[in-house]
Amino acid sequence: MKVYEKSSAFFPVFERKTGPAQEASHYCPGCGHGNIHKMITEAMEDLNLTERSVFVSPVGCSVFGYYYFNCGNFQAAHGRAPAVATAVKRTNPEAIVISYQGDGDLAAIGTAETIHAANRGENICVFFVNNAIYGMTGGQMAPTTMIGQRSTTTPLGRITETHGNPIKMAEMLSTLPAPTYIERVAIGNSKQIMKARKAIRKALKNQSEGKGYSFVEILSVCPTGWKMDPVAARDWLMEDMVKVFPLGVYKDETDNVDNGAWDRTFAPYEPEKVNVYLDQLKSQVGDTQEVKLPYDLQCKFAGFGGQGILTLGLFLSQIGMRGGQEVSWFPAYGPEMRGGTANCSVNVSATRIGTPLVDHPNVLVVMNQPSLEAFEHEVVDGGTIIVDTTVIEGRPDADRLNVVLIPASDIADEVGTPKVANVVILGALAAATDAFSMEFCQDTLRRVIKKKSLVDMNMEAFRRGYEHVKNGG
Amino acid sequence: MTEKTTVEVPFMEVNSELCKGCQLCLAVCPKSVIAISDKLNSASYHPAYYTGSDCTGCGLCFYACPEPAAIRVVKP
Repeated sequence: MKVYEKSSAFFPVFERKTGPAQEASHYCPGCGHGNIHKMITEAMEDLNLTERSVFVSPVGCSVFGYYYFNCGNFQAAHGRAPAVATAVKRTNPEAIVISYQGDGDLAAIGTAETIHAANRGENICVFFVNNAIYGMTGGQMAPTTMIGQRSTTTPLGRITETHGNPIKMAEMLSTLPAPTYIERVAIGNSKQIMKARKAIRKALKNQSEGKGYSFVEILSVCPTGWKMDPVAARDWLMEDMVKVFPLGVYKDETDNVDNGAWDRTFAPYEPEKVNVYLDQLKSQVGDTQEVKLPYDLQCKFAGFGGQGILTLGLFLSQIGMRGGQEVSWFPAYGPEMRGGTANCSVNVSATRIGTPLVDHPNVLVVMNQPSLEAFEHEVVDGGTIIVDTTVIEGRPDADRLNVVLIPASDIADEVGTPKVANVVILGALAAATDAFSMEFCQDTLRRVIKKKSLVDMNMEAFRRGYEHVKNGG
Repeated sequence: MTEKTTVEVPFMEVNSELCKGCQLCLAVCPKSVIAISDKLNSASYHPAYYTGSDCTGCGLCFYACPEPAAIRVVKP
């Protein structure tokens, strides 16, 4: 006996749906989503995948996918479903991840995510419901709206000259090497529906076998948006829409791909090699020598690009790393390589760092006047502010802050070049915060400065900065 | 309509409260054994119903119907 009935992959009652009629869908009469939901749930049940499935809903009428699918559910921001699906799949390789998207979602705002997920060959299923219109928002033109088709934003019909041509996603994606299976199907009549059923089944099977990215474009209907009765809408789909969007298989490597070929359960690089590489990086700063910090440093360094602001941050991070601390270094700079503004945030902490951003530093270094004006008020009360007085005329509030004034650029010039002003500042910082000894810093710098001919000059610059502070400025 | 009396022959049934009256099932039925009721259901739709005989149990109406639970087809 064969019984055709609601699949167990649907919730028995749609309790997440508000209002009356919790056994009915929220879709309009004749909507294609219901048919496609039924085909997906049927395949999930038949292939015994329901318990492992995660359904990623898009934005559009099917935003409420979690009302219906009795499996894991994610709601992605508009267009981001393939990116969310990628994350779900990579973190849960055993999950069957379904990215269910409409044409506005997949072919407009989410074009980039769509193409790149396909290009990476993510082992997911993408079901692309193409009804040639933005349904939920009231029937506006979509990327897939056909030439001549009327919508609320193309009341006289779409024209190529101003709106471009309908975009053909299945054809586009089939030019990529990675996807395993790409087919366009439709739900205009029973024959088409049966083909769509097969395609959906095949996509899910591919994923469960680790065969990679499957994309099924399903030409669907929007009787409400198209302003047609449901039967006429299906006829129009069957007769007219398929002329613009030809049905068929655009790519199928299913039989040429080994089972598990696209599983990403393996580490992309051999762990031993990664560890060797990391050890090499770490050894560059020298053997770790645990340092006890008087307090965690939350630093912001700011000035012009070219003053060595970012390098200053790197040096402090490397010193902190060698001192056995958790460190982060986060640069922020304009598009100019030289002369623009630049700043970086550095955390040196005895405990794990939550965010690399420093909004309220307890150590601020300013190497130009605009940075003083921009960041002084962000420093916490009692925090330290180090000012290069060679280039800055203004003076910070000494009542509120621990102000360190140092003519860093002048000192650097005396040492040999104004370029080492950042290291003069580093010396001043080490002394003013009592975080690291001069010997420890110099020893680390000697290892990390790549041009060995510049080491002596930097050692001297550091010493001058350090002693300037220790000797009371 | 109960299975006891119809278990020997195929039939389809419509949950008249869940049907939205889109008539897609009528359009695909090869035997034209589905009709639309004169009465309105509580959601103000004219639901489809099985005329009572000659269903072959092909299931096409089930797949044509967009509602998850509006149509059930039994083929013994």
